[in-house]
Amino acid sequence: MQFIVQGYPAYAYTGARAFEPGHPAVVFIHGAAFDHSVWQWQSRYFAHHGYTVLAVDLPAHGRSPGRARPTIEAMADWVAAFIESAALERVALVGHSMGSLVALQCALSHPRAVAKLALVGASLPMPVGEAFLAAAHDDAPAGLDMEAIWGHSRHAMLATSAVPGMNLVGASRQLNGRSRAGVLHTDLAACQAWEVPEEKLAALDLPILVVGGQRDQMTPFKATQAAAAMLPGARFAALDAGHAMMTEAPRALLRALREFL
Amino acid sequence: MAHSGPKTPHPDTLAVHAGQSPDPATGARAVPIYQTASFVFPDTDTAAALFNMETPGHVYSRLSNPTLSVLEERVACLEEGVGAIATASGQAALHLAITALMGQGGHIVASASLYGGSHNLLHYTLPRFGVDTTFVPARDLDAWRAAIGPHTRLLFGESVGNPSVDVLDVPAVARVAHEHGIPLLVDGTVTTPILGRALEQGADLVMHSATKFLSGHGVVIGGVLVDGGRFDWGASEKFPTLTQPYEGFHGMVFAEESPVSAFLLRARREGLRDFGACMAPMTAFQVLQGLETLHLRMARHVENTDRIVDFLCGHEAVTRVHHPRVASHPDHALAQRLYPRGCSAILSFELDGGRDAGRRFIDSLTLFSHLANIGDAKSLVIHPATTTHWRMDDRALAAAGITPGTVRLSIGLEHPDDLVEDLARALRASRKK
Repeated sequence: MQFIVQGYPAYAYTGARAFEPGHPAVVFIHGAAFDHSVWQWQSRYFAHHGYTVLAVDLPAHGRSPGRARPTIEAMADWVAAFIESAALERVALVGHSMGSLVALQCALSHPRAVAKLALVGASLPMPVGEAFLAAAHDDAPAGLDMEAIWGHSRHAMLATSAVPGMNLVGASRQLNGRSRAGVLHTDLAACQAWEVPEEKLAALDLPILVVGGQRDQMTPFKATQAAAAMLPGARFAALDAGHAMMTEAPRALLRALREFL
Repeated sequence: MAHSGPKTPHPDTLAVHAGQSPDPATGARAVPIYQTASFVFPDTDTAAALFNMETPGHVYSRLSNPTLSVLEERVACLEEGVGAIATASGQAALHLAITALMGQGGHIVASASLYGGSHNLLHYTLPRFGVDTTFVPARDLDAWRAAIGPHTRLLFGESVGNPSVDVLDVPAVARVAHEHGIPLLVDGTVTTPILGRALEQGADLVMHSATKFLSGHGVVIGGVLVDGGRFDWGASEKFPTLTQPYEGFHGMVFAEESPVSAFLLRARREGLRDFGACMAPMTAFQVLQGLETLHLRMARHVENTDRIVDFLCGHEAVTRVHHPRVASHPDHALAQRLYPRGCSAILSFELDGGRDAGRRFIDSLTLFSHLANIGDAKSLVIHPATTTHWRMDDRALAAAGITPGTVRLSIGLEHPDDLVEDLARALRASRKK
């Protein structure tokens, strides 16, 4: 469904339901160079279980046009503007990877817009290796390989997929491969540059869930545990999966989100 | 600067492992045969979620089955596609691809050099359902381009044509397809992902008759359809099956649901569901048994074929050998570029003496089996003009590179000395009046 955000068209998947404000709202935010479809299973489930769902495409991602926002703060402002445009109040934000930073920053910058935070595959900070940034800067295929392979558990390429018939690593790489030139680098650079506003974290006064993958190669499990420890009152859920928990462990992630939301 | 990404498993490793974790219920190392029609729902909420695609999983074996999923994921990994669907046969895979992309009024441009079964479907059967095909010489890029019309929705060819062994210039035909916003489907049966990956060469979809080299033992009928996940279905209005709401699945817009797996979603959620040409779990298990040795077998197939081609080229009873290994073959250079490790264990040749010599030759063979199949561990022989391609008139035969004297061989895994001896004896017999 198309919205107008900050004066420009913006897209969000509504979980194959007509958009109806008034129910508890969940806004899903994807990671670097991805789009709404990474939340395919979870967004569809909540949309059919009493929630108003928006799985957004950040600017220059998926079906949203425009310029990729260069900082996590700018992405967070855009998400807040989206929530306002959609006439939603006090939403639950669910972010993955870069999207988890955007969700957290949105809760810090726009506390009245956010009721709950679920941070999937989050580390605070979220450093990005020099080689990964360099490959992304050059739009080299190696950058897509790094995103796809480190974005899954080591054995994902050889294991039975949770989604019958799908090559999860290959599908993830092709989704990244569809992103516009330069977007992967812009996103990764934004993650790398984001500094944890430690002095502000203590002021967070909302339910928080951090979900960590025990086989995560992108944001290692220990880093996700540490992230939970930094956030006041945060609950932590451990999944037997790599970074791409939405497809590697869709049922377990759904369970964790359902209990939290 | 040069970038080196993280390492991925080699095809040899994927052929053995991809898509399979040891069975979580029993620890079985081999792929279990889940011989069941349906799967128990743990609770009513999960049941509803499975039906409405809110959670992935198995419901009914016509749609998906764990044994089939291993095969699908293994072939998808080998082809570097985003996913795959196993089908009842190679023909079912081709039919599934076509019906996912078009309905009445759709048009296909296909290579004239096709397996006889594919030719039957496209030329005789699909027109009855409103889908027409224009056949073009595989090597004539201008002909491909000229045949594309406003209703063309698919370009189709075989990686290596059968039986004339002409090589499809996949990168060039893919460029023509993409200039017109149309996907290219390649039948990769003869080459397999071990010799060359059509998706990597530029194709958008690839299909196999799994009956052939993928399984390699000639005991099952099966097919696989793989999506590369790169084609942008939403870039035009040409593919409403993927970009418009589908009433048959609660108004789902497949390309919105998932840009990379829209095609596979439609093919599974409509094609398998409604046409029902699914693979049996036992068949998937048997294909997997063969797939584990695909890399070893293809190397031997190619090695044996090289030996046979060289032998036939020097034989006085043979007037012509059709195989890209032969320097005078029109696709010799192209084959070296696209398939540097060898491109086919299929070859054909012309016997001195025409149809009668062909009959004496085939009847004198002992190791080669006279039957309608390719890609077996056993060496095979057939006379296309009277068998696989018998429905074609002389003009269509000529377009497919077949004469009344053409003999096709599928070279197996026997010792090459024994194969050469068998051929030598039969060639001598072919010259006796």
